[in-house]
Amino acid sequence: MDLNFTTEDQAFREEVRSFLRDHLPSEVRHKVLNGLPLERDDYLAWQHALHARGWGGPSWPAEFGGTGWTAVEQYIFDEACAEAGAPRLVPFGLKMVATVIMAFGNKTQQERFLPPILAGTEWWCQGYSEPGAGSDLASVKTRAVRDGDHYVVNGQKTWTTLGQYADWIFCLVRTDADAKPQRGISFLLIDMKSPGITVRPIITMDGSHEVNEVWLEDVRVPVENLIGEENRGWTYAKFLLGHERTNIAGIGTAKRELARLKRIAASETRHGLPLLEDPLFSAEVARVEIELMALEITNLRVLSAEAENKAPGPEASILKIKGSEIQQRLLELMTEAIGPHALPFDRDAMTAGYQGDYPLDAYARTPTWQYLNLRKLTIYGGSNEIQRNIISQMILGL
Amino acid sequence: MDFSFTEEQNMLVDTAERFVSKEYGFETRNRIIASETGMSETVWQGLADLGLLALLVPEEDGGLNAGPVETMLVMSALGKGLLVEPYLASAVMSTRAIATLASPDQRGEWLERMLGGELIVAFAHDELGTRHEPLAIETRATRIGAGYLLDGRKSVIRHASQAGMLLVSALVEDGVALFALDRDTPGVRLAGYPSVDGARAADVFLEQVYLPESRRLGQGDASDALLAVLDTGLAALCGEALGVLQRSLDTTIEYARTRKQFGVPIGKFQALQHRMADMLIHVEQARSMTYLAAVRALDGDAARRATALSAAKVVVGEACRFVGQQAVQIHGGMGVTDELDISHCFKRLFAIEKTFGSTLDHLDHYRRTLAA
Repeated sequence: MDLNFTTEDQAFREEVRSFLRDHLPSEVRHKVLNGLPLERDDYLAWQHALHARGWGGPSWPAEFGGTGWTAVEQYIFDEACAEAGAPRLVPFGLKMVATVIMAFGNKTQQERFLPPILAGTEWWCQGYSEPGAGSDLASVKTRAVRDGDHYVVNGQKTWTTLGQYADWIFCLVRTDADAKPQRGISFLLIDMKSPGITVRPIITMDGSHEVNEVWLEDVRVPVENLIGEENRGWTYAKFLLGHERTNIAGIGTAKRELARLKRIAASETRHGLPLLEDPLFSAEVARVEIELMALEITNLRVLSAEAENKAPGPEASILKIKGSEIQQRLLELMTEAIGPHALPFDRDAMTAGYQGDYPLDAYARTPTWQYLNLRKLTIYGGSNEIQRNIISQMILGL
Repeated sequence: MDFSFTEEQNMLVDTAERFVSKEYGFETRNRIIASETGMSETVWQGLADLGLLALLVPEEDGGLNAGPVETMLVMSALGKGLLVEPYLASAVMSTRAIATLASPDQRGEWLERMLGGELIVAFAHDELGTRHEPLAIETRATRIGAGYLLDGRKSVIRHASQAGMLLVSALVEDGVALFALDRDTPGVRLAGYPSVDGARAADVFLEQVYLPESRRLGQGDASDALLAVLDTGLAALCGEALGVLQRSLDTTIEYARTRKQFGVPIGKFQALQHRMADMLIHVEQARSMTYLAAVRALDGDAARRATALSAAKVVVGEACRFVGQQAVQIHGGMGVTDELDISHCFKRLFAIEKTFGSTLDHLDHYRRTLAA
């Protein structure tokens, strides 16, 4: 047993870090390290920088223009990026639809859709959830009816993350209303400029516009935009769910936020002592740091099992549950650390370059909106309750 | 990065697990606990015959010279059987102390008898006020002629009454020293009692106990060696915890699959499923930190080693409490009876959480390193 990375892995990490020092735009880094909201151009600038280096597809095989990295290399890359303050890679194109197109799309679809994802010139969003189908995806109601060379799509999608920027949406649609729920679903790629599509913002409790409702009314989609076979969409969606978990624990992000928590706790005081030396507060910081240490090893255990071609398996649910809980806890402790300054909530003061008269230290301006925003972590991607169902059924056999 | 075990390590696990399942059933264990000595000579000899008592003994002394990973694996297998024999005290901690500190003559005198099963050695270090301040020792060894006079009180020393010899830590002029003390040395008094988990323990009172120089292990201040032995013990204890945790989880899942209420197995109730999912998460996090403890147990940087081990004990300790409590809860009324083995798992987990510093003691140690 050996918990150290190989010297090759360590050299690779240095290579990534050195790239980050030179090519991560400093204003983007500043926003991420200080918890300021990111915009479309921030994500794109980072994707363009990666693409220029040949690293546009860190999770892609080389044959499609990706890096061909192993799971361990991807992990090292993700962790180094997150720690240095790089934005997360928007997953809907890169990690989700691309994975399905590579596995089940035809050559024409692969040539048409994959290069713009890699280059960051086409933005994708996900059309899975519906008002009546959250964790229970098989109950999608959006209908696609064949009409000559087209499908005519009607329905409503929701929780569409960053759909306001999207050029394309990949949708689960019902193509056979009479089949069993899982059987009659198809996987369609839809141009967001199609007539009949309306995007409406959903404002979340932190004041962000991150998610949307997407309405589809008699939207005509060419049949060549069907992935794989009609009525097999559920299979493709399930395949994807098993593959979007390499970075599910968010170890790098949590390490970055832990460092930020410690900086705040070193600046704030109680009874004249820095919070980081206060017995109660420092014990809470210690607890979350230790949990993170354990989760990092658990994550590496899962990776190393994958490397030996053992199935990734339901252990990913453990990573999702603990990872999301730890990230939420870190933000909760930051709001605790800034005390009453957790209450002022002027969104303008939470933007980069704000010059107004706001009587709060810079570090105290952002924890609250992030605390509110990150409540989503235990809900999306299969809520933590769904993950516990998976563990009890798939691992414990109950 | 490699989480796999070697073929030899897997065989070791096999050997230990087969021994436990064959020789250490629940009924057998109950008889052992109720017996006068509180341990089984047969079991101890069995462990010796399998070579398990020689695990940490250096090769030149006839042992296997195995490391912390092997120790963790064996401890975990023994943990599954809730073994009450003095493996941790004698075959792990005392053996390591003697192997690192003792002179060739002393090693020759003790190690061969220890690995053969003839000599059991208790590790008499803890005192009333030490909690998790390992060097807060008050027992004194005052030089007198060619030897020492020992005075002090060692508290809750596991297996003291079963041991032929005790390793006692004491303050000397130039720091801390370890002494090897025969149990029947004049001036040694034991106040023995059963421990909550079925093992035997005692407070050891030392009053003007004379020991010749030949009974001191090593020269000069032995603080570093003592800390290393305690950390070896802590890492091994985490390994044992893992075995008890796994048994508790497995037993609970089996119970939930078979026990029916309202016409269905209680494992079909989501409230209980989620509880067991959380138990599994605790066990897996504890497993990760137990691996870390094993890998760091020999780190020469004592401060770094102590921090890693404290982190491990926090995660393992939390797991002991959560898994133990929920295992009993899910067993319902049967869970609180002496008749089912789950209550015995509960008590061992309770004891482990309080051994070598509790969760809170280690959390306190860890949090003090944050501002540094």
